[in-house]
Amino acid sequence: MITTTEAPMGADTDTRTDAAGTDERSPETVAAQAMGLEPTDEADTGETPGTEAEERAAGDPEPEMDAVFEIEDLSVHYGTTLAVRDISMRIPRKRVTAFIGPSGCGKSTLLRCLNRTNDLLDATVGGRLLYNGEDIYDPRVEAAEVRRRIGMVFQKPNPFPKSIYDNVAFGPRLNGFSGNLDELVEESLTRVALWNEVKDKLDDSGLALSGGQQQRLCIARAIAVSPDVLLMDEPCSALDPIATQRIEDLIDRLKTDYTIVIVTHNMQQAARVSDMTAFFSVRMDGGKGPRVGELVEYDRTTKIFSNPSRQATEDYISGRFG
Amino acid sequence: MSATVRDPQPSLRARRKRLADPAFRWFVTLAGTSVFVILAAMVVRTTTDAWPIFQHEGFFGFLTGDRWVSGSTRGTGDFTGTYGAWPFIYGTLVTALIAIVIALPLALCVAIYINQLAPKRLRNPLSYTVEMLAAVPSIVFGMWGLFWLVPNVLLPVFGWLESVLGWFFLFEGPVFGRGYLAAGIVLAIMILPIITAIVREVIAVHPADQQHAAYALGATRFEVIRKVVLPSSFSGIVGATMLGLGRAIGETIAVMMLIGSTKSWEGSLLRMGDSMAAHIAATFKDSSPEAVKGLMAIGVALFLFTMIINVAARLLVWRIGRVAGDAAV
Repeated sequence: MITTTEAPMGADTDTRTDAAGTDERSPETVAAQAMGLEPTDEADTGETPGTEAEERAAGDPEPEMDAVFEIEDLSVHYGTTLAVRDISMRIPRKRVTAFIGPSGCGKSTLLRCLNRTNDLLDATVGGRLLYNGEDIYDPRVEAAEVRRRIGMVFQKPNPFPKSIYDNVAFGPRLNGFSGNLDELVEESLTRVALWNEVKDKLDDSGLALSGGQQQRLCIARAIAVSPDVLLMDEPCSALDPIATQRIEDLIDRLKTDYTIVIVTHNMQQAARVSDMTAFFSVRMDGGKGPRVGELVEYDRTTKIFSNPSRQATEDYISGRFG
Repeated sequence: MSATVRDPQPSLRARRKRLADPAFRWFVTLAGTSVFVILAAMVVRTTTDAWPIFQHEGFFGFLTGDRWVSGSTRGTGDFTGTYGAWPFIYGTLVTALIAIVIALPLALCVAIYINQLAPKRLRNPLSYTVEMLAAVPSIVFGMWGLFWLVPNVLLPVFGWLESVLGWFFLFEGPVFGRGYLAAGIVLAIMILPIITAIVREVIAVHPADQQHAAYALGATRFEVIRKVVLPSSFSGIVGATMLGLGRAIGETIAVMMLIGSTKSWEGSLLRMGDSMAAHIAATFKDSSPEAVKGLMAIGVALFLFTMIINVAARLLVWRIGRVAGDAAV
């Protein structure tokens, strides 16, 4: 399962030795505390940094967890270009998992694999990706069916040029919803805390809303088809801080019902909203060569932000790189 | 530094009188307004020439009368002919309608195929080919239609149509080959490229993120096209249709070769008739001055038709654009 570990850091062994040598209480711990993240005891007293800990670091921090996704040796090509390679990890149910990392590290690519929206970008996927034990890239699997259960919220709010009501009702209508559509629309909009703002103008165009409202509308639209998982691709990057805060509150409330996977550029956001964090990085062979994204470290968010096992992770979250 | 001697500031006034600017301005204004002048000159002249006909027949009498007998006077005294343009109006409307009914769905399919389904390396050659089709002169279409399509394809098909659906008035025989349906089919091929090109463009600029949103809700490709792409592209499709319709109504030479050039009108699509533009083109040479006025009147009516279609298209696009909030083309 843990085949990724040597690949990400293989090139810079020196740095890693450094990491092992530094004091556990690095300045970043302080930074993490400032973000409101108390380092847990186990993070401190856990295994001493070493090969064993590092092998454990990526892929499977909690072997006993109930995983929605089990990813094994996943690699993605766009055309002939390798975008990410050898990703192995398990994503827990009804938790928030954050993907962080610099641009081009493949975090969005991986996210799009999880509901096969990468198919639309002509990506070819190698390895295995099990969703509740079923390989979603099996030729017999219908991509549309996968996407119905694994909803997605995009970077830029993208409501349809239809009324607010029709935006939310789009998915249910598509999937032959036979219950009370009005109730479903109200319920979905209530869950994203948008109902009170729009209940008197459901016939207005979804495009007439503010950016933050549009994004909440998009989340309402996604949950109206009662998915199992919500994928969020930098859902706040186009929003102002207040709108961002509301989305983060929303994520917090939604995680009781949904498995959420969120890609973010904002590390504080990852620290605030997620239970698990995966740090990805770009590997460039000798400074040139192809840029390939790889999973560097995957662990509980508290651990990643207080006491990462990897020097590269520490550099990234402390702002020394990326 | 700044306290030391400063160069006197260069004058802000123009160093020489610039003529190019005002001259250019006048030239462009002239060119811009000339559009009105040309249009007005044309409308006024044709309408004045056609006026005696409208007086003689009455405007609606002219449009609805179904007898067209060219008179022979010099056009000064009493008219000796009868001028009822309905057979030609009917021919124009029927052929244009056939053309749209065939070309629109086909164009939608071609555009969707090029944009969404065709392999990437086939997309450009395909759209070039469509545009090449638009560049074929209509006389070539007419000849090809008359000498190849009609005898080899349409005649057998029409024969079959008549044998199966002959009881229905639209497909009553006898079958000549040439006629409304033949002209309509060739017109359809002629307007296919322009409709396809515009629809393709409209679909191509449809925001990918909205399509992705629909996919992410579990929509299949067909559902995305039908429920997301086509509705937002509706105003563009209407515009394309109207442009195609305009061309079909005005098309002259190919229709003239294929429609049969009779002065009567028949219900059946398989029969021969004539269209407004084709009738003008076929008869203006041998017409008396009086009959030329009759042709002018047809010209005025033709112009009115295309104008109405254009205005209707604009209104429709504007209305739809307002409701859907999408970018009109």
